Amino acid sequence: MNFLTITGEAFHALRVNRLRTLLTMLGMIIGVAAVVLMLSIGQGAQIHINNTIASMGSHLLLVLPGATSSGGLRFGSGTVKTLTVGDAQAIAKLSSIEAAAPVISGIAQLNHGANNWSTTITGTTPDYFSVGNWFIESGAIFSEVDLRSATRVAVLGKVTAENLFGNEDPTGKIFRIANKPFLVVGVLTAKGQSLSGRDQDDNVLIPLTTAQRQILGNQFPGSIGHMLVQGKSADRMEEAETEITRLLRQRHRISDRKENDFTVRNLTAIASVASTTAKVMAWMLGAIASISLLVGGIGIMNIMLVSVTERTREIGIRMAVGASHRAILMQFLLEAMMICILGGVTGAVLGISGAWMISQIVDMPIVITFSMIGLAFTFVAIIGIFFGFYPANKAASLKPVEALRYE
Amino acid sequence: MTNQGCTPDQPLIRVENLYKTYQLEGQANQPICHQVLFDINLEIHSGEFIAIMGQSGSGKSTLMNILGCLDAPTSGNYWLAGRNVASLANNELAHVRNCSIGFVFQGFNLLKRITALDNVAIPLLYAGMNRKESRKRALTLLQQTGLGQFTLHYPNQLSGGQQQRVAISRALINQPQLILADEPTGNLDTQTSHEIMTLFKQLNENQGISIILVTHEDDIASYANRLIRLKDGRIIQDKK
Repeated sequence: MNFLTITGEAFHALRVNRLRTLLTMLGMIIGVAAVVLMLSIGQGAQIHINNTIASMGSHLLLVLPGATSSGGLRFGSGTVKTLTVGDAQAIAKLSSIEAAAPVISGIAQLNHGANNWSTTITGTTPDYFSVGNWFIESGAIFSEVDLRSATRVAVLGKVTAENLFGNEDPTGKIFRIANKPFLVVGVLTAKGQSLSGRDQDDNVLIPLTTAQRQILGNQFPGSIGHMLVQGKSADRMEEAETEITRLLRQRHRISDRKENDFTVRNLTAIASVASTTAKVMAWMLGAIASISLLVGGIGIMNIMLVSVTERTREIGIRMAVGASHRAILMQFLLEAMMICILGGVTGAVLGISGAWMISQIVDMPIVITFSMIGLAFTFVAIIGIFFGFYPANKAASLKPVEALRYE
Repeated sequence: MTNQGCTPDQPLIRVENLYKTYQLEGQANQPICHQVLFDINLEIHSGEFIAIMGQSGSGKSTLMNILGCLDAPTSGNYWLAGRNVASLANNELAHVRNCSIGFVFQGFNLLKRITALDNVAIPLLYAGMNRKESRKRALTLLQQTGLGQFTLHYPNQLSGGQQQRVAISRALINQPQLILADEPTGNLDTQTSHEIMTLFKQLNENQGISIILVTHEDDIASYANRLIRLKDGRIIQDKK
C-alpha cells in the first residue's frame, strides 16, 4: 500500500467519524487557543503599562507643597503654598537635576465660537514639555519670551482641542480662557490615560506668569502648586531626592527638629511597582493558560485512547485482508497527525483572532508570541500523536485472530 | 496467481503433527492449559472443496485460523503452497493473507463505516493498487456477484445475504488460490444459505479455487466433496 493510499485511508477514516474527530480536535483547539489568547493579553497589558510609564517622562520627581501642621493638627499636602518659582530655579541648578518645571493649575471655562469646555489650566515653563515627555503635534510650544512677558498664548491638549475646535487645526486661532482671549500656538500629541486613569490629553498649557497674573492669581504672588523635577539619570534619583530636601529645608529655613513643609515623591518608583504588577499578571495568565493546555492534553489523550482501542476489531479485519503492521501504524499515525495539525492550526487562528478582537475592544496592544504558539502546539501534538499511535501499535502487534475477537 | 514453488503434485496445504494450546489465566496465577488441537495431520490439494464439521469447541475455528495464518500453532509444521508458514516474517504473512487466501467469516466482518465498494476494494489497496483502479475492479466484481446496485450502500443497509456476498467478493478480489469460510451461513436463513453455497460451488468448479468450509449443518457440508470431522481437537473422520 503506497503512502498516498494510506493518507487517503486515514483522511477517509477521519471524515466518516466526524464527531470523534471533532471531539479530539476540540481539546487541541481549546488548549492552543487559550495559551495564545492568555499570553497575548498578558504581554499586551505589560507593554501597555510600560508605554504609559514611558509617556510620563523618565526619572521624575514630584515636589509637592504642604504637609504642614499647626499645633498638632496636620493638614494634607498642598494646603499651604510653600513652594515658589525661586525654589524651582534653585532646584534646577542642582548637580543631580536635569530640569525643574514649576506648575500652577486650576480649572477654568474655555470658549471658542459656540463651543465651551471646562478643563484644567496648567501654568508652567517651557521646560515642562521636555520633563513631562510632551510632544507637539502641530505648531510650537510657548517660549521663554512668552514666559517673561506673560503673553496670552496656549498649547492645547488633544482632547481640549477637539472639544473647542472640532476637526479644524486650532493653531493660530484665538479662543478664550475665563473670557480672556488667548492665541493657540500649538497642539500636543495625544498620550492617552495615565496610570491612575486620568485623561492626560484634556488640558491647556499656558506660561506660568500668565497663569499667575491673569487666570489663577492667588494670595501669595510667586507661589506655585507643585513642581515636576527630572533627575539626570535613573541611578541618581536618591541623590536627587536628598539634594532637593536639603536645599528646600535650607531655603525655607526649617530648623532641625521641624518637619518638612514639602514632600518629594519619586514617580519612577511608583511606575516600577505598576510594571511589576503587570509582569505578575502576565505570569498568572500564563499559568492559567498552561492549566487549560494540560486539561486539553488529557482530553486528547482520553479520546484518542478510547477511539483507537475501540477500533481494535477494525485493525483485525484489515490485517485479515492483508494489511501489514507497517500499513496500519502508518494510517493511525497519519490520522493522529492530521487531527493535531488541523486542531492546532484552528486553535492558533482562534486564539490570534480572539486576541485581535480584544485589542480592538479595549484599545490595548496585543503581542502574539510565536514561540509560545509553537510550544503549545508541540505539546498537544506530542500527546495526540503518542496516544493515537500507542494503542494502534498495541493492536497491530496482536495476532490477527486476537484483534478480530476483540469486542 | 502466486504459484511459486507449487508443482501440480505438491499439496496446497500440508499439516504435520499440529498442536494448539491456549494458556488461560487461572486462579492464583496458575495458568490453565487448554488443549484445542491434538496432532493434526492433513493434506489438501489444489481445487478441493472441503467441509470441516464438528461440535462447538471441537477446534474447527482454531484450525481454520491457523490455516489462514491468522493464528500460529503451538507446535507442528504447516506448509502452504510449499512454504513453511512458521518461517515467514509478519509482513510476509500479511502478504500471504492478502494475495493467497480469501476469508469469509460468520459475522461478515465488513468495515461498518465504508461502502460495500470500498470494502471489496480494500485488499487491492493493501496489495499496492491505487484507489481509482481498485474501485473499478471492485465494481466489476460486485456486478458479477449481482450486487451492482448496492455498491454505495453501507454494510448496515444490506441484508445478511448481501453482506456475505460483499464479504465473498472481498475474499475473491485478489484472485486467491484458497478460500477459508468459517461458518459462512451461520447467520443466514436457509434459502440464503443455499444461495451462498451455490456461489461457493460455482467458484470451486468454474475457477478451480480451493475452498475450506467450517459448518455444523449437514446439508451445507453436502456441497463439499471431502468431509473432515473433528472431535475434541482430533480428526476422527476424513472421507471423500
